[in-house]
Amino acid sequence: MARPSPAVEHLLRRAGFGATPEEREKFSRYTVPNAIVALTSFNLTNTDVDQYIGTPGYVGVTVRNPGFAPNTNITDARQRWLFRMVHSPAPLQEKMTLFWHHHFATAFSKISGIYPAADATRMMAAKKSQDSTGMTGQIELFRQNALGNFRELLVAVAQDPAMLVWLDGRLNVRNNPQENFGRELMELFTFGVENYRESDVYAAARVFTGWNMRITGTQGSPSATYQFVYNANNHDTNAKDFSFPVYGDGSTRIPARSSATGMADGLDLIAALASHPETARRLARRLWTWFVSEADPPESAFVENIAQVYLQNDTNMKPVVRAVLQTPQFIDKKRFYQRYAWPVEFVVRSLKEVGQVGFSVDSALQPLVNMGQQLFEPPDVNGWELGAGWFSTGGMLARMNFASTLALNQRFALRDQARDGWVGNSADNLLSFVLERLSLPVPDAPVRAALINYINAGGPFTGSEAQLLNKTGGLFHLLTGSGEYQLV
Amino acid sequence: MRVTRRDFIRGGVAAFTVSFGAPAFISDLARAQGASRRNLVVLYLNGGNDALSTLAPYQDPFYYSRRPTIAIPPGSVLQVGTDASGRALGLHPRLTGLRQMFDNGHLALIQRTGYQNSSRSHFLGTDIWSTANPSNSLGTGWLGRYLDQLPSPVDPLAGWVTVREVPRSLMANRVSVPAIPSIAGYAFQSPNGTGIEGGYSRQAMTTIASHLPPDRPHLSFVNGTATAAIATLDRVASVGTYAPTVNYGNDGMSQALRAVAGAMVRGIGTKVFWVTTGGYDTHATQNTNAANAGYANLMGVINTALTTFYNDLRNQGLLGDTMILQFSEFGRRITENGSQGTDHGAAGVMMAIGGNVRGGLYGTAADLNPFPGNPTLENNGGDITHAVDFRSVYATVIDNWLGANSGSILGGEFRRADLGFV
Repeated sequence: MARPSPAVEHLLRRAGFGATPEEREKFSRYTVPNAIVALTSFNLTNTDVDQYIGTPGYVGVTVRNPGFAPNTNITDARQRWLFRMVHSPAPLQEKMTLFWHHHFATAFSKISGIYPAADATRMMAAKKSQDSTGMTGQIELFRQNALGNFRELLVAVAQDPAMLVWLDGRLNVRNNPQENFGRELMELFTFGVENYRESDVYAAARVFTGWNMRITGTQGSPSATYQFVYNANNHDTNAKDFSFPVYGDGSTRIPARSSATGMADGLDLIAALASHPETARRLARRLWTWFVSEADPPESAFVENIAQVYLQNDTNMKPVVRAVLQTPQFIDKKRFYQRYAWPVEFVVRSLKEVGQVGFSVDSALQPLVNMGQQLFEPPDVNGWELGAGWFSTGGMLARMNFASTLALNQRFALRDQARDGWVGNSADNLLSFVLERLSLPVPDAPVRAALINYINAGGPFTGSEAQLLNKTGGLFHLLTGSGEYQLV
Repeated sequence: MRVTRRDFIRGGVAAFTVSFGAPAFISDLARAQGASRRNLVVLYLNGGNDALSTLAPYQDPFYYSRRPTIAIPPGSVLQVGTDASGRALGLHPRLTGLRQMFDNGHLALIQRTGYQNSSRSHFLGTDIWSTANPSNSLGTGWLGRYLDQLPSPVDPLAGWVTVREVPRSLMANRVSVPAIPSIAGYAFQSPNGTGIEGGYSRQAMTTIASHLPPDRPHLSFVNGTATAAIATLDRVASVGTYAPTVNYGNDGMSQALRAVAGAMVRGIGTKVFWVTTGGYDTHATQNTNAANAGYANLMGVINTALTTFYNDLRNQGLLGDTMILQFSEFGRRITENGSQGTDHGAAGVMMAIGGNVRGGLYGTAADLNPFPGNPTLENNGGDITHAVDFRSVYATVIDNWLGANSGSILGGEFRRADLGFV
């Protein structure tokens, strides 16, 4: 079987979720520049794989009474997203959707604590073409803007029903400004905590007064609509002063405006924050962490380079992400297998590399919770704690045990593939077969010895059917559950 | 700048890898270090607890005028007397069990805890309370530093986190504290079962995880975590068979405290447990007085869980061996906002509970009258200003309860004679 170059495999793990044997075959013919173009050039109209959900030859979903309902049932929404990550022809789109979900971390549970669960699911995950009122859920917004314009995304997020509930913008009115959204817009979504003062938080809260939500129809019914509305009567029309420039001429004051035109306050503030150089640098640092390395701090040359690309391209993310993948820092060999995989990355990569037909993504949902990552449920507005923070002992056990569950589920197919792969009666051949399937580096001598010992434990390996079944599944478990496989 | 755990690990991985203890000695270690059964249970109220709704100054007219919809009526509070400044205080009406503990002399309420220039950010605020360093929130946690000074090598179960994420407070240089959100899930599986073949798998996994190549610190870190997981499996499993003397609720906090009680009864030797309960970021519809919603529910959850735990330990004769220390990253704004909630504020309230705690009211309440120059308020009278540095509370716990040296762990002298709650 053809294997892509180590650099292309690195690209597939970082800009995607690893690769199935078919994808590996395809990418084995690509150079790194070709592969970057292929990964970043997806066309939004032909990345939809939802039509394949429930069809043979794909990872399964579990259908419960009264039927699979990913737009109104959060469990099914989670299944659909995992399905897309496994099978999307544009893995970078899903990867960036996950990035934005982390960046604008919004939790389903707060919304479902206020509105019916079906409506809350629609706010998070509804697909416009399938929603009863044509609503676009937050995650679909991220998917559409995966490599879109950051300023436009910020505006859309500020007006997104899920966000209006999550950070209480729906309640932000002129007599009692709500600080929640204004604070996180500056602290987490744009330039970061060191760039503003408390007085800016109060001013930002007033800027967004009247950016509320309108509900029509019967809540919990398909007729319920949740839409952004600018309530002119609830807007604070006084001028707002900031400690940083809001306008190109250096002015720090958003002028007093009539209530009818006051919505421009928010657009002005978002525009100022989106094109602030510190926002550019903060995004560059986050992209470093996401794509390049969590192990060492962002190199300043990288940060300045990417920040410049961002500012020169009017906050468009596609050239920015492409530039990230083209940096010498990204493609440096010393970065290979040095990034801690997120639980979702680990699960999807395993499904792509070990096998997925006959496995339901539903069986991955509880293990993901045990590993510390439930989709649509980041722990707080700061998203997930990354990197080494994933690796508590409990989280590591959950990974090992998911590896066991998947190997158990796939072991007959794996046995047949090992047999067809001419493993014969050689323990070395069996080990090589498994290592290659998992796109792992060559193991160090003590690890290799432990694996060969394992193959021969209970009697020298002769390639019998019983041994092939036990040891092939056993090796996939040991290797996908190993420390090495947790690094991408 | 905001400092994440990642930043810390970056510097800490190498040190951790080098000093990680050999698992063969772990049960001996536990015996040696478990000689004292005394332990600390840290309870974190995630989101910024509204201290004025936990412990209400029910005779302060400004408490009512500034909180027209969410103040607790004077007739509803559970009175606990007056503090040193003569202010009458009452617990939230759902805290009936805590009121009983107060009457037993086992609950200390420490008012107006915080620090200068209190951060209103959840994340920075939590990091500051975790590292116990308001000017630099980078580095190990205060409890991690306590574990780091235990005799070497430190037992991995010296700390026990009952939630999925190890909090920064328990980040240490010399030990990776385990997160054990579910005891049943804390077990080894293999696709070939738990018999002989499964045994081969466990053996192989143990050997693979023991590989700590010095030139790959991050792989070593993950493998070190896997090693700690495998090495602690059997002791953690023993806690799963614990039969409590009372029925715990099914909520996360109750189940967490059930595991803590089990670990204490089984003599695991854990020094510090961590419990988190969330939902305290009450920006809207706070429902302090509702029968069954909002803040009233939050108080109901902690009251039931703590009372069950307290009764279980009392029945087991272990109440004197533990101290529960409760904190939150900040208190909330005094004046309620337009959505019947409260925004981020400054000083809060801490609690200490235990058979050896000297119960009572510590510190003094604020005067909520927003006149200019009111020394108990800050932010133009918007927030309560701190009068007890939270590190002074930590110092009492470190010196008088854990038997360590607060000066070295906190990097300064924070002891206060008037904080002798233990």
